[in-house]
Amino acid sequence: MNRSELVRELERIVGAAGVLSEPADLLVYEYDGSVDGAVETASPSAVVLPTTTAQVAAVVKLANKVQLPVVPRGAGTGLSGGAVAQAGGIILALTRMDAVLDVDPIDRTALVEPGVINLELSEFTRGNGFFFAPDPSSQKACTIGGNVAENSGGPHCLKYGVTTNHVLALEIVLPDGSVVWTGNSGDGAPGYDLTAALVGSEGMLGIVTKALVRLTPVPPVTSVMLAAFPEMDAASHAVTSIIGAGILPAALEMMDNLTIQAVEPAYHAGYPMDAGAVLLIELDGAAAEVEETSAEIERLCLEHGSTLFKNATEAAERELLWKGRKMALAAMGRLAPNYYLHDTVVPRTKLPPTLARVHEISEEYDLPIANVFHAGDGNLHPLMLFDRRRVGDVERVLEASHHLIEHCVSVGGALSGEHGIGSEKRGYMTLVYTGEDLAAMAGVKRAFDAELRFNPEKMFPKGYVCGEVRGLRAQAAMQKHGIYPM
Amino acid sequence: MVVEAKLTEATTRNLGNFSGLDVPDDTLLRACVHCGMCLPSCPTYRLTGQEASSPRGRLWMMRAVADGRLELLDPSFDEQMYQCLNCRACEAVCPSGVHYGPLVEASRAQLEQHRPRPVWQRAARRAGLAWPFADIRRLRTMVNALRLYQRSGLAKVARRLGILQALRLADLEAMLPPISAAPLVAGKERWELRDAEHSAHLFNGCVMSTVFPEVNRATGRVLALNRYAVDVPTGQQCCGALHVHSGMMEEARVLARRNIEAFETTADEPIVVNAAGCGAALKEYDFLLKDDPDYAERARRFTARVRDITELLAAHPLEQPRQPVNRTVTFQEPCHLAHAQRISVQPRSLLGQVEGLRLVEMRESSLCCGSAGIYNVIRRRMADDLGDRKVKHALATGADEIVTANPGCAMQLRTSLRRSGATLPVRHIVEVLDEAYGGLDAHRTLVKEANEKGEQRRSD
Repeated sequence: MNRSELVRELERIVGAAGVLSEPADLLVYEYDGSVDGAVETASPSAVVLPTTTAQVAAVVKLANKVQLPVVPRGAGTGLSGGAVAQAGGIILALTRMDAVLDVDPIDRTALVEPGVINLELSEFTRGNGFFFAPDPSSQKACTIGGNVAENSGGPHCLKYGVTTNHVLALEIVLPDGSVVWTGNSGDGAPGYDLTAALVGSEGMLGIVTKALVRLTPVPPVTSVMLAAFPEMDAASHAVTSIIGAGILPAALEMMDNLTIQAVEPAYHAGYPMDAGAVLLIELDGAAAEVEETSAEIERLCLEHGSTLFKNATEAAERELLWKGRKMALAAMGRLAPNYYLHDTVVPRTKLPPTLARVHEISEEYDLPIANVFHAGDGNLHPLMLFDRRRVGDVERVLEASHHLIEHCVSVGGALSGEHGIGSEKRGYMTLVYTGEDLAAMAGVKRAFDAELRFNPEKMFPKGYVCGEVRGLRAQAAMQKHGIYPM
Repeated sequence: MVVEAKLTEATTRNLGNFSGLDVPDDTLLRACVHCGMCLPSCPTYRLTGQEASSPRGRLWMMRAVADGRLELLDPSFDEQMYQCLNCRACEAVCPSGVHYGPLVEASRAQLEQHRPRPVWQRAARRAGLAWPFADIRRLRTMVNALRLYQRSGLAKVARRLGILQALRLADLEAMLPPISAAPLVAGKERWELRDAEHSAHLFNGCVMSTVFPEVNRATGRVLALNRYAVDVPTGQQCCGALHVHSGMMEEARVLARRNIEAFETTADEPIVVNAAGCGAALKEYDFLLKDDPDYAERARRFTARVRDITELLAAHPLEQPRQPVNRTVTFQEPCHLAHAQRISVQPRSLLGQVEGLRLVEMRESSLCCGSAGIYNVIRRRMADDLGDRKVKHALATGADEIVTANPGCAMQLRTSLRRSGATLPVRHIVEVLDEAYGGLDAHRTLVKEANEKGEQRRSD
């Protein structure tokens, strides 16, 4: 089968409008939301835009026949290169499968196709008094399918949990092209919990074609507090004491002075410009409970030296306070042309020494690093600011990153809180896992995908799971079909 | 009008496969970090689900041309630069502040410079875009002829004989409202009541002054009631927005220079415009003429004076409307108001001050209706899909009327409504305000009273 025959076969499955194969059309599928330099771009051989599960399954079967890799893609907002076809092959772009099939207000579930946009599911169900809790910063654009693949989180996951806590069942196309359901709508599905195995599997075990997700009731009262501190250290201790007191805020976010300098002039959110750090604390629930807990939080913040404490109960005030946090990444453009956003996690008690280490690395590499992160669950997002046009900047950032990640792992942390490993952080997996650990994971991978067809060159370190051999074989297959990477 | 491209070292550049005049700005281009936050705001991406049809995809293609990786004349690049509605919804949501509009316009200008177009296409563009808009008198003559056609019964005959269908002009004809009033000629009319405190100068517009002259007159009346003395400076021309959108930058610059000259006699007073598309173009004259040593500074001063009518009115508390307007309306946001000018709160606040009026928001009120300049004429399918989507959302609100603030949207909505069989009126926001103030009759009475008082005072 040569290239044009492959395209014809694909067109027979999804129709001519659903297949892209011109070089210029493939060009725009060589990236996702990841930072240039941290993730290599790579062009697929073809892009297919299916509209039904049957089409997805048929494309997967065809890919098996011609031995081409298959890479699923949602909105392409991921930050670890998950949707980039590193070994070429067919990208299955699921953006046209974007229907909310059913909302059940009694069972509090929604049955959705993978291309439904995260925030639009919340907007769609708000009329019934519900929302979809996982809220990554890209929630305006990212899709549920992508959330499932990356096990995405967001500020409110502190209280509500990440994506895996909100997925009940999945319809999956397996690497052999068969269609299966995992889990069920009730609790306690017997047998292996395959839903849990698939959530966060980065498109390497199966392709989500439907998801039954949990809906969360919109809380009756929401309150957002702003607490300013002279130093990051004091703010970190306040975080530890709030969580230590048994309080579970809906969100607990920290921003350092560099972030405040970028955000405040742009959005006038009300953060004091001279503060060393500010905390944003959101509480929700019943009115009396929120009121009581707010007072407790205020006491704890003042005890740790908070110089300013504000409590916003009006919607407009709350939105303004949040706007500064949500637009923080955007505002970084005011400080530098490029940034590299990290996603490491450390135990909450290790926050103060880790932030000190971040500061050291910043000095050592002469790199401004802004800290804006989910303090409540220890998920750091250090932002390294640089200018890619300056010679050596990218290399400096990558080297500094290495030291940062090493430190976080050494204090018992993780590589990624919510962005996934992808091709970006695969090289760091050996820092966290032993050979045996990785072999156990590879066993799961082979059980689902013996041919290593789905999303190759991700998550496992280069050369692992016969990656190199697979890569060469895929390359040979592509050449046989007259397909060359651009 | 003969337009000579003035090639100087200052204005021509090379950037990968871009070259000559109006090369996209490399710094603006590289501001995109391909995060993808723009995707859901893009109408063409929403319809196709294809990355190439998204702002991020188009910017990546532009960057590939700038890097010499993609040919400027690659058919996919050409297709995408023109499939874009240039609605600029992506700009309003971009966290990195990418100025997408100027980039897509420059890319189109590049295509126009370097693409060999067939002779008939060149002739059609010249006849359709360059000639009629180069001098406002030409357009006035054409619209006068149209008015005669509509009134004489010729329109009915043509429709009955199926001539329009045969020429595929039926929808185009349906877009036009009945043209009953005489065109508004600059310098011939002004509005001022005795208590005027400020001055404003109306940008007359080509389509607004000929097809919708009554909206311009209503604008004058509403402003006069809000203590503005309003005139229509002579010498002004079409704003050139349609040309900029079509990559005809030199033609646009000629028009821009003439408009700058026309308004230069009126100090720093606001230039008020009621067509969102024109307003957005006028507010970007500084960018259009940034490389013109004689006009760059003058363009900056001009741009700083431009105000949309809703922006100007909302800056002060509105003079209390005199009569209730007991209707339910929904507001269709023109892209060039909401996205290009970021004016979204003001029209709603003005409508909120009209007694009896109930505003019901439609879904996706700021998603493009498909008008997009002349997009609905040259790319009918995509435009029709967007128009139908818009009408579906508008009808779902149960409103009696659709309010908008741009002639292109009004015409597009009218066509889409006709296709759906609905008979909802589409009106400009100024017409609603004018109605709340009692319209022309009330204005005449006020002018008469004012004159009488004046005479009385003089005789005292």
